[in-house]
Amino acid sequence: MDYSSSNLFVQMGEWLSDPENWSGSRGIPMRIAEHLGYVGLTMLLALAIAVPLGLYVGHTGKGRVLIVSGVGILRALPTLGMVFLFALLFSRGVLPAVWALVLLAVPPVLSGIYAGVSSVNRTVVDAARSMGLTEWQILTRVELPNGLQVMLGGVRAGVLQVVATATVVAYAKADGLGVFLVEGTQINDNGRLFGGAVVIAAVAIAVDGVMALLQRFAISPGLRTTRPVARSQQESGRQEAVASAQGGTT
Amino acid sequence: MDWISGIIDYVPANIGQLRQLTGNHLLQSVLPIVFGVLIAVPLAQLARQNRTLAGIMLTGSSLLYTIPSLAMFVFLPLVLGTSILSMVNVVVALTIYAVALLMRSTVDALTSIDDGVRQAAVAMGYTPLRRFLTVDLPLSIPVLIAGVRVISVTNISMVSVGALIGVPSLGRLFTDGLTRNYPVQIAVGIIITLLLALLLDLLLVLLERVLTPWARSSTTRRTRAAALDARTVAS
Repeated sequence: MDYSSSNLFVQMGEWLSDPENWSGSRGIPMRIAEHLGYVGLTMLLALAIAVPLGLYVGHTGKGRVLIVSGVGILRALPTLGMVFLFALLFSRGVLPAVWALVLLAVPPVLSGIYAGVSSVNRTVVDAARSMGLTEWQILTRVELPNGLQVMLGGVRAGVLQVVATATVVAYAKADGLGVFLVEGTQINDNGRLFGGAVVIAAVAIAVDGVMALLQRFAISPGLRTTRPVARSQQESGRQEAVASAQGGTT
Repeated sequence: MDWISGIIDYVPANIGQLRQLTGNHLLQSVLPIVFGVLIAVPLAQLARQNRTLAGIMLTGSSLLYTIPSLAMFVFLPLVLGTSILSMVNVVVALTIYAVALLMRSTVDALTSIDDGVRQAAVAMGYTPLRRFLTVDLPLSIPVLIAGVRVISVTNISMVSVGALIGVPSLGRLFTDGLTRNYPVQIAVGIIITLLLALLLDLLLVLLERVLTPWARSSTTRRTRAAALDARTVAS
């Protein structure tokens, strides 16, 4: 693409405002859709694995050590290496990449779900038990709604990491938002490189915003408070669990 | 097993390169941790004293935290004027994430300190600075280290991503392995990365034991360990 100036910001602006980049199978909307497709599929699989496991361990307290060490090891796995390794061992298709991303998403979701169940006040659980609720009812009516905020914090952290990391898939299989970075570097097109980085950052911020809204509205009205600052004082332990469940972006 | 023999053959033949990449990798993971703590602790103390400032800093840092590292690695050279291949970009990006993560937990840790302890220090005539350094800070070390452990693990994994734009690290083994269609090389990179993460985590656990001698003694240890346990699980 020809730019009117050698200034990188001008090139970035021109690349972003060129209508040609906003249409077709190689355009920005299509790449965003591919990217979100990876995120959706990955989260679906990660939730299917982590939610039952986290609820089970959180409710029964069995296998806690296993979860802590398993999560630690998974967290240390370099996702870039896993995406590339799976691409070589299986195929440069969608599924190997998704499974590598699932390994990234499971730790924050799993520890978020587990921490959510554990964050529920034990006296509340005991009260429910003494009222004759079955274990299943305790899990679904007491632990789940009360721990939901912490749980969704973990899910949000997982989504954020997957949105960020799905960009590396483009280096193994040419789709998703990382493609703009790959192409920008290969053909030395700085407008595409920096414009692509802007799109990636914007998508990440937008998705995180949606997750934040979801987190806010999914909370039972009885637990919702109007002043989050005051609450963070009272429940610093809970907030901390959310903060530390956030892990890191990649 | 050709996997194992492949790895056993690969390592000695490339030991020089592996050593150099591991060194680069460690440098890029550890420096952000050090800078992150040095920046986040004073900022957290400031944030605790000023609510408006706290709101601005926490919102700003969580926004920065949301920006994917690959985008950050691409952008920072523009802002800093560094070469795109420079390790400085990776160190600065990871420092930003470290500050964002640590500040929140450090504010909580500082706020959760028993007010009686703080007032005792005031009554003994401690100046605010001395009180902060000798009372508040040591008492928040367990939380601080819990945060640092999360950061160290994620940093070690994230540094590899820099290899995509050409910054030397163990990630080079992944990019080379992919282009050469050589899974053994990637596996070696993953194994070294895991070992580094484990090693750094052990060092941090040791550091915590050294820095919090009171936690080792008597009954307080058990309750504290239980509290920390919940925290580590959440991380």
